[in-house]
Amino acid sequence: MKLDLQQVEDAAREIYIRALKLLPPDIKDGFKRLDATETNPTGKAILGTMIRNIQVAEANTNLLCQDTGIPIYNVVIGSNVEFDGFQLKRAIAKGCERATREHPIRSSVVHPTTRQNEHTSCGRGVPVIHIDFSDTPDELSIEMIPKGSGSEFNSWLKMALPADGIAAIKTFVIDCVLEAGGKTCPPTIVGVGVGGTADLCVHLSKVAATRALGTSCTDPEGARLEQALSAVVNKLGVGPQGLGGDSTSFAVHVETAATHITLNPVAVNMQCHSARRSRATFTPQGLTYGF
Amino acid sequence: MAHYEFDMPVTEAQIRQVRVNDTVTLNKTLYGIRDATQIHMFDHGRKTRFDLRGHAVVHTAPNVKWVGETQAAPSGYEPICIGTTTSARMERFTRPLMEQYGVRIIIGKGGLFAASQAAFKDLGGIYLAIVGGAAALETTWIEQIEEVDLDDLNPESLWKFRIKGFGPLLVAMDSHGGNLYTEVNKAARDNRAEVLAALGVKI
Repeated sequence: MKLDLQQVEDAAREIYIRALKLLPPDIKDGFKRLDATETNPTGKAILGTMIRNIQVAEANTNLLCQDTGIPIYNVVIGSNVEFDGFQLKRAIAKGCERATREHPIRSSVVHPTTRQNEHTSCGRGVPVIHIDFSDTPDELSIEMIPKGSGSEFNSWLKMALPADGIAAIKTFVIDCVLEAGGKTCPPTIVGVGVGGTADLCVHLSKVAATRALGTSCTDPEGARLEQALSAVVNKLGVGPQGLGGDSTSFAVHVETAATHITLNPVAVNMQCHSARRSRATFTPQGLTYGF
Repeated sequence: MAHYEFDMPVTEAQIRQVRVNDTVTLNKTLYGIRDATQIHMFDHGRKTRFDLRGHAVVHTAPNVKWVGETQAAPSGYEPICIGTTTSARMERFTRPLMEQYGVRIIIGKGGLFAASQAAFKDLGGIYLAIVGGAAALETTWIEQIEEVDLDDLNPESLWKFRIKGFGPLLVAMDSHGGNLYTEVNKAARDNRAEVLAALGVKI
């Protein structure tokens, strides 16, 4: 399959805007689940406002949240797909810039020291583009995630000791949820990275935080850990917006990687309740949009 | 738990009667302010031409569209999506905002801390919790962007909004030391040991 890079640019523009406006069905289902079980009146009222906001955004075709985030594009390349990799990255950045200027949306991206905003949502190293490969023939998918700052601001890494074991990982996750309080716009998806190097561990926590609700870690040990943490996290009582209640998190997600014999790394990154993502999939049959 | 309708600006007496868990809806005028706005006002010595005395500020950097100055859009900007950001980063600006500019209400998400609590008590202020991430809804409460100042900081300019039925918002910090965030946080920390025990962690 030969990839049309103009179509990639158009799709990169489209999926940024779609992500900002349409919440994925698994997150909407997550809201229904939390709303059905919330016992705190304040928490219940806040969830009601969030659910109403999803409806207003759809009715007015407006953005769900004003935070257009740091744009992240996750590209998965199947087998037998032909394209120029450098030009693919340029096409994605161009689409990101066009979404910002043409809609228009707020560019939330500045240079880290001068704080200069180019009003393109782009800059050095941004949009963040991750490239991975799959064995699916004749398919290329691009997932777009606008990562808001309220949830990103609260990110943690601990290089724990092997002697501290899995107890250190569990304690760290619970303490991060307490430390985040209402700042991460709960209910959240708590993303946990376990193992790897320091940077890989943090990356895994982001992958975990942005994974669809209802999916599991493909490592059985990771899946066991995320089930255990998900079962108890809402007993803390932080609640929606940190104002009390049962709905602190939709779920805790874990991603794992092998690590060094001397290391026991754990990282936490959270996704806010506006857990936005969208996807463009290219196949020989054409381009389709989804989540 | 009382509900108040405030036509902005308000007096200290109006603020002093409000307690945590009350709700407030604002009308008429609201100012939008954010990190860069306050860094420039309080660290770089810049001044605004706006009179903020008795007013409310919301922690925001809106999505706007430049349409040119018209009667319908006197600032030249139309609102697209206006929401609220996390307040915690702007904690150190609460007191100067109140002391130097007379601001009485801060609207944000996630809450503020002890220095702000003290400023609210000393000077007569409150913190109203808005539902973060509910920006599509919040935008429907804003009729117009009337004026803008410090616009070289766009989108972190100082925005003057005309509002109608902005709320109801929950009073999360009052001028008498009441603070819902610290209450919830303490209760959550009290649950920590039980949650860790359920995970098989020995403390």
